[in-house]
Amino acid sequence: MQKVLHINPDKCTGCLQCEMACSFENYGTFATAKSRIKVFDFHHTGKKVPYTCTQCDEAWCLHACPVEAITMNKATGAMEVNEATCVGCKVCTIACPFGTINYVEETGKVQKCDLCGGEPACADACPTGAITFIDANWTGLGKMAAWADKLGNQPSAA
Amino acid sequence: MSWTGKILRVNLTTGSIKVEPTNMDWARAYIGSRGLGTKYLVEEVNAKVDPLSSDNKIIWATGPLTGTMASTGGRYTVITKSPLTGAVACSNSGGYWGAEFKMAGWDMLIFEGKSPKPVYLYINDDVVELRDAAHLWGKSVWETEETLKKSLQDPLTRVSSIGKAGENGVLFASVVNDLHRAAGRSGVGTVMGSKNLKAIAVRGTKGVGNIKNPKAFMAAVKASKKVLAENGVTGQGLPAYGTQVLMNVINEVGALPTRNHRDNQFEGAKDISAEAMATPRKTDGKKHLVTNQACFGCTIACGRISKMDENHFTIVNKPQYRGASGGLEYEAAWALGAANGVNDLEALQYANLLCNEEGIDPISFGTTVGAVMELYDMGVLTKEQIGIEAPFGSAHALAFLTEETIYGRGFGKEIGQGSKRLTAKYGHPELSMSSKGQEFPAYDGRAIQGIGLAYATSNRGGCHLRGYTIASEILGIPVKTDPLEHEGKPDLVKAFQDATAAFDSSGLCIFTTFAWGLQDLAPQMAAACGDEYTVDELAKIGERIWNMEREFNNRAGFTAKDDSLPPRLTTAAGACKTGPAKGKVNMLAEMMPKYYAARGWDAEGRPTAATKARLGL
Repeated sequence: MQKVLHINPDKCTGCLQCEMACSFENYGTFATAKSRIKVFDFHHTGKKVPYTCTQCDEAWCLHACPVEAITMNKATGAMEVNEATCVGCKVCTIACPFGTINYVEETGKVQKCDLCGGEPACADACPTGAITFIDANWTGLGKMAAWADKLGNQPSAA
Repeated sequence: MSWTGKILRVNLTTGSIKVEPTNMDWARAYIGSRGLGTKYLVEEVNAKVDPLSSDNKIIWATGPLTGTMASTGGRYTVITKSPLTGAVACSNSGGYWGAEFKMAGWDMLIFEGKSPKPVYLYINDDVVELRDAAHLWGKSVWETEETLKKSLQDPLTRVSSIGKAGENGVLFASVVNDLHRAAGRSGVGTVMGSKNLKAIAVRGTKGVGNIKNPKAFMAAVKASKKVLAENGVTGQGLPAYGTQVLMNVINEVGALPTRNHRDNQFEGAKDISAEAMATPRKTDGKKHLVTNQACFGCTIACGRISKMDENHFTIVNKPQYRGASGGLEYEAAWALGAANGVNDLEALQYANLLCNEEGIDPISFGTTVGAVMELYDMGVLTKEQIGIEAPFGSAHALAFLTEETIYGRGFGKEIGQGSKRLTAKYGHPELSMSSKGQEFPAYDGRAIQGIGLAYATSNRGGCHLRGYTIASEILGIPVKTDPLEHEGKPDLVKAFQDATAAFDSSGLCIFTTFAWGLQDLAPQMAAACGDEYTVDELAKIGERIWNMEREFNNRAGFTAKDDSLPPRLTTAAGACKTGPAKGKVNMLAEMMPKYYAARGWDAEGRPTAATKARLGL
């Protein structure tokens, strides 16, 4: 079963536990600036939205890379950057429609979410369930269940 | 080890910026944030200094757990000598600034002297520059933050700044970060303004590493987050209703000070409560409350984000206030509402927005307005003097006086001096609801005995956050004590004060203590900083910090006489009129000797030689 990161912005409080978990997993420090998942705070509406790579099947970044540094991890479905191969040309950062692959000045390479090899630290750290790691075929299951519950608990018309 | 080991020292008079190693002996003994910052203050600043002179210093300090994944680990403290009280000032804020500053690689930032012209400090990791702030002077907190982010071309920059109130010398001006998070009390923003320092803009990309035992730390953090999630207050009450969950609770126990403490219950409490915020308005059918918001790293998320009724009289011609913004929190709702008898929720939020926008403490401000309304009621102050009819309950007067105060106009200039100076000027010092010159917050010291003692003995003047005995006396955390009973409260107050000093110094939020005790803090501190941080050691450090603050105040000229409450709280004429506490006054005179004894202080309130030796002072 392929699993994906599923984001429910309504549940996000803006605590940035996900950003810290991401940087700690990848760099061993708590550094939101190095996180591959970012939380956006739209203060005029009060909305907070976590955003990261959704691992496109036909990934723009993968196709754009001139040195084939980006490959799919068959086990997790994640598009992963091979740092040894990456030349830091940044073409992938232009190709990605969502902005979720970014250059890192300190390493001279690009970085993106790799699903932590199948156990994403962000989802584990999220205190509210705004970020979950669930069956890719059934990302709508939770919403369906909520609506089904509503329907199932209607008083009978008869 | 979790400290960065580096401190920035900025001399505003000369413009010099120096990097120093953090004094690690002090860090071990005083932890960080409140404790460590105050240690630097008391070592470097003469306690008798004029708070608004260039000889005073002002310090921004983080704790070892600031910027880590420990829940609520985003806090910083601003420490200086207070212009409002003349005592030590130590105001704590959440939001994101503290973590960003720590991630830039710094434990602490010390400002000395006074700049000849308005400046702001720019920090981008190791790049630290004093920059001209002529274009920011006269701007609000909100404009300052927006302008800096734009001009730096960096939306991820975090800003800690003052508004016009801090520039204009309002004695309870706050330092505000992230639009609506504030180091709110004791006039730390006034000191910032007096130094011509407008803002600190920071971007930190280094992160916080150096955790002593990362594996144990992550395990301790995870276990502690679970405790918060499973606790009724931190897991359900605060995220759903915010601190405002207290409004009806405190009113029901007869401990909601109303109309400058003339009453102890407010008939309009339900109109300004959490429940009211979550109920659709009659006027436009929309709810006041939009959502909750966490500060950095916080898994509680008690913060409120609200939207006002666009047709309310306060903002009908002011579209800039129509968006979602911070508030109302319990303390602000009480001070701007019950303390003045105002039950118009929208008016309270308007006043609250202005407090955030221009940087003033809503507690001291609202309580001072309460005193003004009482003086108006007595005929001591007139409409001509105040600029508006100001009876208790007037939302129009509240809105008007908020504007006058933040913009430094008319009678607002007098309100900006705080209730102690204002009531003394008009011949009624007994009407200032304050201790050591700082106004009381939202709990009645007559109906809740322990909190009255906590107000009287707080090192920064009237304050609930130095020893939140409400947890025990009302909520039963960690054990229920009778709020009407004064026996046993001196020991309770001491225990809360000491534990709070330890929490404040770690970089975490005191609201965790609805669910956590020192037994939850200790494993996180031990894993991050070293095994010496046991429960007993943390309690001892808390006591050490308390005594250090006390000694600074004693040197500043405070004596046992200043550990007092106004006569309205302690004499029969002021006894509670209604509810479960009817007829009660605070039994301060009974409690104080026992408190001094528990503290190991002499009859003058001075730590004895034995106490100082025991605490390593």
